[in-house]
Amino acid sequence: MLQLYQMTLRSRLLLGTARYPSPAVLADAVRAARAEIVTVSLRRESAGERAGQAFWSLVRELGVRVLPNTAGCHTVKEAVTTAHMAREVFGTSCVKLEVIGEDDTLQPDVFGLVEAARTLCAEGFEVFPYTTEDLVVAERLLAAGCRVLMPWGAPIGSGRGLNNLFGLTALRAHFPDVPLIIDAGLGVPSHAARALELGFDAVLINTAVAQARDPVQMAGAFAQAVEAGLAARQAGPIEPRDLASPSTPLIGTAFRG
Amino acid sequence: MRILVNGAWRETGRNELAGALEELGYGGAVVSTAVNGEFIAAAQRARTELAEGDRIEVVAPMQGG
Repeated sequence: MLQLYQMTLRSRLLLGTARYPSPAVLADAVRAARAEIVTVSLRRESAGERAGQAFWSLVRELGVRVLPNTAGCHTVKEAVTTAHMAREVFGTSCVKLEVIGEDDTLQPDVFGLVEAARTLCAEGFEVFPYTTEDLVVAERLLAAGCRVLMPWGAPIGSGRGLNNLFGLTALRAHFPDVPLIIDAGLGVPSHAARALELGFDAVLINTAVAQARDPVQMAGAFAQAVEAGLAARQAGPIEPRDLASPSTPLIGTAFRG
Repeated sequence: MRILVNGAWRETGRNELAGALEELGYGGAVVSTAVNGEFIAAAQRARTELAEGDRIEVVAPMQGG
């Protein structure tokens, strides 16, 4: 079981709710993923259209926990205010904290991220910071009060997988007891399986599922991948080696000696 | 007075946030609000006075990653 603040979870797959072809496909994908947490956001609401009201009804019917994000925020002030608004609307103190620092890569502004995390943790929020694999930033986020980290695999929506394997492996080794969720950039289920095999606790997927030709089938594929990756991690993978090592015993081989 | 609601100028005859939201058609909606960048909780809207040119954000749940 995975413990994230007050939440005890069976699933290692968190699912984003954006960019699906339709609300019905989103709902089916959440079920196929066997996700227990979905990420949500806040946007300006038109009094006439009230699009947010329909979406919120759909999410509540799914019976899953929500993790609101602060996507689109570029300053500490925007992120903190958005977190407050999200806590009121969604009725949760959990927030996936994003402070974007660069528009081409959507790389987090880690300086602003630490500052916003410090403010929100002090105010009782349970902060899930979207960060890089930088060890020093991770240390600062933990010192700020974060109990979970969400390092990126690759730029959001890029589908590139685990871009910096060395850095991510070092992060995992450096903080063995901190729940680490790979957030962003995964493209196919094998990326997710790899993350779990490396010891990451969970993955958050959005674009790779929502933009697949068949999002529901892809959601199911990711669900299987995280289960396989976790099982492999628990089973204790062998260490890679440079030279061959015969798997068939050589003792008693015919024609030898 | 004129206030900026979600980036668009609107006219309101009400001088407190709760009344302005009602007048603008948000009655009963699940929304959260900020005035001039400061979060205003639902319970504070009735006693949050508005001034000409105030910037109001009215947000609601939306899909997110």
